[in-house]
Formats: sequence, C-alpha cells, structure tokens
Amino acid sequence: MTICTPDRPEPPPFSEPWHAQAFALTVHLSERGNYTWPEWAERFSAELTEHRGHQGPLDGGADYWAAWLGALEGLLNERGLAEPAVVETLKEAWEAAYLATPHGAPVHLDMGQKAG
Amino acid sequence: MRVKALETLLTEKGLVDPAALDAIIDIYQNQVGPQNGALVVAKAWADPVFKARLLADATEVVAELGFYGRQGEHITVVENTLERHNVIVCTLCSCYPWPLLGIPPGWYKSDAYRARVVREPRAVLAEFGVVLPEGQAVRVWDSTAEMRYLVLPMRPEGTEGMSVEELAALVTRDAMVGTGLATVPQ
Repeated sequence: MTICTPDRPEPPPFSEPWHAQAFALTVHLSERGNYTWPEWAERFSAELTEHRGHQGPLDGGADYWAAWLGALEGLLNERGLAEPAVVETLKEAWEAAYLATPHGAPVHLDMGQKAG
Repeated sequence: MRVKALETLLTEKGLVDPAALDAIIDIYQNQVGPQNGALVVAKAWADPVFKARLLADATEVVAELGFYGRQGEHITVVENTLERHNVIVCTLCSCYPWPLLGIPPGWYKSDAYRARVVREPRAVLAEFGVVLPEGQAVRVWDSTAEMRYLVLPMRPEGTEGMSVEELAALVTRDAMVGTGLATVPQ
C-alpha cells in the first residue's frame, strides 16, 4: 500500500467547489460560536472512523470530504440547527433548479418551491 | 447540492453570512500555502536569534510575520538534527498548521498515512523517497485540535550566503511535514 508518488504535480487545495464550500461553512459556523473547533474535530474523527468501518480505508480525496460533510450534517442536526428533513427538501429544490436552468445561466433557488 | 442546501437553510436562519464563506474560500484557495512556512524556515536558517525564539515560542513568532488565526493558535516548531528527524501527522482527523502550510494534501488525510506513519515511520518515509541514516531517530508528532506542529528541516549544504528568499525556495511542503528534506541547490 503506497501512500503517494512525491513527483506528482500538486493538486489544488479543493478539487471540487463543494469541498471548499463545506470547508468554509464548517469554519464559519465554528467562528460564530455554534461549536468549538475541538468539538468539530471530535465529531469529524468519529465520522472518519465510521466511514472506514463501512467503506474501507479512506484515500483522503472525495471520500474524505464526504465524511466531512456527513460529520457537519450530523453535528448541525444534533445542535438543532439543520434538521435532515428540511435539508433534504432544500437539496431537492436545488437539484430541480439546476435541471430547470439553461446551461451557462446562473442558478437561483425559487424559494417558493422549497415547501413543495 | 447537500452543501448548497445547508448553506441556504443556515443563511435563512441568519447563522451564515455568504460573503464570509466566500472570503474563507478565497483565503485557503489563493492566499495561504506552504510559502508561508517556507519563509519561517528560511528566516530560522538565516538568523540564529530568530530560530531560538521560534523554537521557544513559535505561535508568537509566526504571528509577528502575519501568520496566525485559524489552526494556528498553538504551534510548535520541531527541529530536525543529525540525531533526530521529525514527522507530523494527525491520527484523529487532519489537524494541520493552516496559517503556515494551507490545506493539507490528500495523502496527509488518507487512512494509510495516518495509521502507518505512527507504526512504521521509516517505511513510510522511504515511500516518499526519504531514507534516513540508521543512527538518526525518528519522532512522530501527533497534531490535535489544540496543538499543531511544523518541522524545521536541516539547512542543506552549499547554501552559505544565500538570501532568505533563495533559501525559502528550497523549503518544500513535505520538508515541513517531515516527509521530505529541504531541496539541495544544484
């Protein structure tokens, strides 16, 4: 099991925009006092362990960020800040908005849709 | 879409300022990176007084250079010597000195690195191309949410008289994690 090839060119810090968004959201919510960073680290560590149990070793790429987002969703749910059902509804609304938006145009969420 | 959904909900609740999110992304995508840590290392090589202060109280000294804030609240610099090579890891998750090195690379976050560098550091270092002399001990430092480490690599031979800028160009990210050595000038 080789960890890396050191000569490979350096990838950007976030390979997908959502990785950066998840990262920023987590930092921002902590700085606004919703949880401390050690509380986050503990939650995230537990999530990483759980992911490893289900999916085998993480390679530190997309699977790492999936665990990160899972930890954030879990923590926010525990704190009563983001209920899974509401998040799911909004997620579907965003998906619908993306599908309904012509290619290249900015995507906006029609807030009227989210209750539906 | 899951992140978008969270962001929308939390913005509506007034818990999130979208402009602040953009600012955070910009910092870690474009501004902070190993060049910060490289400058600290180069200054330590060039100035013994700076180095002594850095090893005594890194947090304070790097803050004077403008490198402070998130994940930089408590930083310890560990010096490589002929007797001891240092390597950093976070076995818990991926704690890392962001103000000095930016966002960690994928391998630092991988289970393989996090588990194996503690168990068999010499084998892991060899995979990075670093083969240490038998007599040089290896010390692995486990970062936490409270304490983060930066390795001060050994200054390469043949760098006498170089400026701080020239020295900084020899300091790679891996050298400051301990999975590499400073580049020897050609």
